Amino acid sequence: MHKLEVYRANGGYEALQKVLNEYQPGEVIDIVKASGLRGRGGAGFPTGLKWSFIPKAPGEKYIVVNSDESEMGTFKDRELLEKNPHQVIEGAMIAAYAIGAKQIYNYMRGEFMGIGQHFEEALKACYDAGILGDNIFGTDFSCRMYGYYGAGAYICGEETALLSSLQGDLGQPWSKPPFPAIEGLYKKPTVVNNTETLANVPPIITNGADWYKSIGTAQSPGPKIVCLSGHVNNPGNYEVEMGMTFHELVYGENYGGGIRGGKKFKALLPSGGSGPVVKEDALKAPITYEGLTPYGSTVGSASVVVMDETTDMVWAALKMVHFFKHESCGKCTPCREGTFWMERLLHRIYEGHGTEQDLEVLQSVATQIKGKTLCALGEFAVNPVLSTIRHFFDEYKAKVQGGQKKVAAKTAVPTPTD
Amino acid sequence: MSDQVNLTIDGVELSVPNGTLVVDAAKMIENPIPVFCYHPKMAPVGMCRMCLVEIGLPVRDRNSGEPVLNDDGTPQVSFRGLQTACTVQVSEGMVVRTTTEVVTKAREDVIEFLLTSHPLDCPICDKGGECPLQNLTMEHGKGTSRMDYSLKMKLDKHVPLGELIYLDRERCIQCGRCVRFQEEIVDDPVIRFHNRGRSLEIVTMSDPGFDSYWSGNTTDICPVGALTTADFRFGARPWELTPVATLSPHCPSGANMTFSTRREAKSGGRSVIKRIMPRQNEPVNEIWISDRDRFVHHFADAPDRLKKPLMRKNGQLVEVEWGEALDAVAGKLQQSGTAVAGLSGDRVSNEDMFLFQKLFRQGLKSHNIDLANRRLAGGDVVAKVGISQGSNLLNLGQGDAIVVIASDLHEEVPVWWLRVKQAAQRGAELVILNLRPTRLDECSRNVIHYQPGQAIATLRQLVNDAKVAAADADNSPIKAAADVIMQANNVVAFYGAEGLTYAETDAVARLLANLLLIKNEEAYAGRPNNGLIPVWPHNNTQGAWDMGIHPALEPGYKPAAKPGMRANEVYAAAQTGALKALFLLAADPIGDGLMAGRGQLDFLVVQELFLTETAAQADVVLPAQSWAEREGTFTSGERRVQRYYPAIQPVGEARPDWQILAQIGERVGLEKPAFAASLVFRDLAKAVPQYKGMDYRALARVEKQWPDVGGDDLYYGGNAYENRVGLGMQWPAAAESGAVDHFEVADVDSELPGKVVVVRTAALFTPGTLINHTELLQARMAQPTLIIQAADAAKLQLAQGEKVMVEVAGRGVETAVRLSEDTPEGVALLRGVPYQAGLTELKVMG
Ligand SMILES: Cc1cc2nc3c(=O)[nH]c(=O)nc-3n(C[C@H](O)[C@H](O)[C@H](O)COP(=O)(O)O)c2cc1C
Ligand code: SF4
Ligand code: SF4
Ligand code: FES
Repeated sequence: MHKLEVYRANGGYEALQKVLNEYQPGEVIDIVKASGLRGRGGAGFPTGLKWSFIPKAPGEKYIVVNSDESEMGTFKDRELLEKNPHQVIEGAMIAAYAIGAKQIYNYMRGEFMGIGQHFEEALKACYDAGILGDNIFGTDFSCRMYGYYGAGAYICGEETALLSSLQGDLGQPWSKPPFPAIEGLYKKPTVVNNTETLANVPPIITNGADWYKSIGTAQSPGPKIVCLSGHVNNPGNYEVEMGMTFHELVYGENYGGGIRGGKKFKALLPSGGSGPVVKEDALKAPITYEGLTPYGSTVGSASVVVMDETTDMVWAALKMVHFFKHESCGKCTPCREGTFWMERLLHRIYEGHGTEQDLEVLQSVATQIKGKTLCALGEFAVNPVLSTIRHFFDEYKAKVQGGQKKVAAKTAVPTPTD
Repeated sequence: MSDQVNLTIDGVELSVPNGTLVVDAAKMIENPIPVFCYHPKMAPVGMCRMCLVEIGLPVRDRNSGEPVLNDDGTPQVSFRGLQTACTVQVSEGMVVRTTTEVVTKAREDVIEFLLTSHPLDCPICDKGGECPLQNLTMEHGKGTSRMDYSLKMKLDKHVPLGELIYLDRERCIQCGRCVRFQEEIVDDPVIRFHNRGRSLEIVTMSDPGFDSYWSGNTTDICPVGALTTADFRFGARPWELTPVATLSPHCPSGANMTFSTRREAKSGGRSVIKRIMPRQNEPVNEIWISDRDRFVHHFADAPDRLKKPLMRKNGQLVEVEWGEALDAVAGKLQQSGTAVAGLSGDRVSNEDMFLFQKLFRQGLKSHNIDLANRRLAGGDVVAKVGISQGSNLLNLGQGDAIVVIASDLHEEVPVWWLRVKQAAQRGAELVILNLRPTRLDECSRNVIHYQPGQAIATLRQLVNDAKVAAADADNSPIKAAADVIMQANNVVAFYGAEGLTYAETDAVARLLANLLLIKNEEAYAGRPNNGLIPVWPHNNTQGAWDMGIHPALEPGYKPAAKPGMRANEVYAAAQTGALKALFLLAADPIGDGLMAGRGQLDFLVVQELFLTETAAQADVVLPAQSWAEREGTFTSGERRVQRYYPAIQPVGEARPDWQILAQIGERVGLEKPAFAASLVFRDLAKAVPQYKGMDYRALARVEKQWPDVGGDDLYYGGNAYENRVGLGMQWPAAAESGAVDHFEVADVDSELPGKVVVVRTAALFTPGTLINHTELLQARMAQPTLIIQAADAAKLQLAQGEKVMVEVAGRGVETAVRLSEDTPEGVALLRGVPYQAGLTELKVMG
């Protein structure tokens, strides 16, 4: 599929041709709006609506594909770029046509340097075939696309940080407004879409909005790639119809195939490290943008990490907080200082040197970060702490009371570093 | 009114201009919201999260768009969590709450976070006492921390960002003000953040480190003690310091500054200047000063300052009492009849200059009075069409035009460079004319590089083009520039002397005046935010014109009945013996290469701070107080008369220049000397009609300035000093009160002296009487350099880096050759060498 011939043999770039020949840009936006497609990057923002925010006035505009994919347990965009890069390119070009952009950047995490080769080859094939460049398919639509590698920072997945990084500035988010739709890359109107989001676009054009809406649920239409990892028998990427339950995902024959070694399920991270952890009761929830609301969590980019009964939840929280501390860009105070402090507290508690007071302080530091940070990373960082405390308070209690030390830590425990 | 917005902050209703940020609106009603990263001079970034408040917006009916009302008829307001007051603009009906429990808690929380990484070494921190972090912790913090001290990070505390500025990495709260100042305000992005998270640190990317003329300003706006100047760090505690208002002793912008002084035992209980910081004066320098001004005070401790009068006895200069010296000077001057002359430097005060010319004109009946080194003409033109009263370069922007000719403002008057650049960023059109590229070119769409010798012809063309209707096609760049000027709402024109002779600068001033007068009744000249600004070489060249330090112009620009000798005639006459006695006030013509030696002079008296080359050859040397030791007034290039104040005790027996001159005056028959500078000023204000209405009290008047930075509030404390002692007064140009005739412009000969002509260009850090004593800046002093393009260099057989002797003002100077394609063909730029006028032939000596 990563070869242009193969992609085209399977109807590839027909959606693009259709759009160029049959639709006005506004009509494309209307179709995507009608399809109900929501952003696959985590926030689930309606894609058509996002495109419609771009000012109609002529001028430089950009489409930026967000392939930073750095969330813990997320590995779907990687597979898309490796195995099916053309669908992403085609989706991005349709988006470019819809908003009047002539330049597309694909921002990939630095670690994609190797697999990005497939994408680069796909780009080259497109240029060679005249699919990218001037007067595409004989129309007056001209468009160019470029690949760009970041330096490997989670924060550069946040759209404004991504744009800063892409411009050659320090990869830090900016305070919105201005929103990228008005002042994005080089201060020009910009749409930032997740790789998977854009890969959904060509089939929507080919098959129509109604077809798309017939998949999934009313509020969360379409298929979704779920990255399943952790203590399951069959980890990997699964394309599921939205609305399927987490239980099916974990235990279903065609999916996770149950917990590894027949152990008991303990907890699940529905959206990598950034969403609150949920317990067994949430398994009956549907995989949709709304499904986990009653359980105090969200599906995010659907990076599902399953943890069995052997997992030390304090250890898990520490691992995740270490990640956020390490990835905090440092621009705003609560996240920069708060993640640092939380990690030190958690480490002490995990090591068995913590006190009841440390536990109290930990909770209060997490609450103190909430609602005060410049971007969502800071908000994400408190989720592992507050949700594990909420669901697994006993484990913390045991640690600060000195009863239980270093349970089941099989992986190296991060030691706080500066 | 659509440009005003009504809102409520903590129950107080107010109306502020549309676009105002919530944080500023609150400050306007003196209900300040705490900030760290926000600075009213820079765009908000919302990083520190200190300014979180609750902001509510009126609820509107979805269909009708009408405000929804509560039962009691008040509008319903919906609040959305905490928002940063520094990034949100006011909007109609907004309700801001800054005193609620959530807000109070948020402030406590943010402070607590900041302090988890802060070393709290306030007892040894230079900022302690004027530190926003300290202040806001006291005001809004909880007073305790739950962070275990042992969990803190340990970071480097003495990181030099170059030799001028040090970074304490532990203290930095990552507010980004320093980085943003360098990028946004002064466009020298030489420092930046490196790394991320708690490891975020400020690094310099230039060589030399922190290579910017403005670096010191970052130490003021840093809200903690993370950035300090190399000469002040660990030098004193802010509360021990006495602020004394002063002015830049260098540049004609009249930059307002403050000396921070302290009495020190190791200086025998004398007051010592510990640092210089900006003093807010929005129409002058806002709150910024260049590093040349900031680091100039070290001369005050120089051991070689003149402390007692010196007289030549048996060929040696020996110390004498004042009485003996003054008697000798008065006697010798009187004996010389009218074969006397007085030449002044342009850094002394109006009071000094006024009494200097009075001594000659009235006491000695001589009109031989001039500036020792007159570079730029046109003071008389400026008196008529100079920038109008009430102007402020901050007001220029979209729709306005600024002309800069023959000047490199960045090197000559950085404060003006900054303000012109910022006007361009606000949309003002710049028209730049010079024979080579200068830094302002990058902000201009109308750059005209004229051929050497073509300055006058080019400007003449521009003025002629401006007289005819705008053309739309086939515009020559000159015509296009002329159109830009004539279409502007306001026009300010700067002119300098780069590559020009004195006579040429006179023609330039007149041509620009005519440009400002073209529209006759609606002429630009005479209106606020319009007019001519001369890029004078010194802080008080303007005052020299006003005070009649001119052989043909008496105080107030009154033509002298019988003009005296000009400085170059004086120097010549000294050599031939036609002149018997010469009095030099704050001038070193021998050192500057203007006078070959004392020649045939009978008597040479020098009044100075140091034993200069000229002073060493004098018969009498009179020790003067520096501007830091006494009071007086300077007049800026925008004709703003401003006061400065005594900060430290005089060195030795040095006296103020005006006093010495008055005491000599008394000895030659003038009235008893006034005993205070303010009284001298009263006299001069009577003699100079333009200064009517001015006295020391009027000059000391202040008014509330916006933005409200500086002062000792908790928020912007330590940023700058509040202006408590005078914003100064601009004197009116003639055009403001009546029509001014167009000027005659003489034809100026523009023959090129050679195949490759030399142009001396300015450099901010060029050796000078005061700055030479600042050890810290010596490494940054411009080294003598000959900048030439490769093709010309090849013809002259000069290679990159080669050292060659070239002739500068009649003397050989060793310069290093630098090849640069920015230099026009046939031109060699000389940087870091003494001043020389016009274009000369490049003479490479041996
Ligand atoms: C800390 C942080 C990291 C993020 N990382 C990614 C990412 O790796 N990939 C991604 O597509 N979106 C990421 N996002 C979401 C983006 O900001 C943005 O919402 C998304 O790219 C929009 O695309 P979509 O509308 O197609 O989902 C991240 C957001 C935050 C706050
Ligand atoms: S929340 Fe964290 S990652 Fe986001 S801006 Fe603040 S410090 Fe940077
Ligand atoms: S050095 Fe000072 S001004 Fe610069 S970021 Fe740190 S605290 Fe802010
Ligand atoms: S976030 Fe508003 S002052 Fe820093």
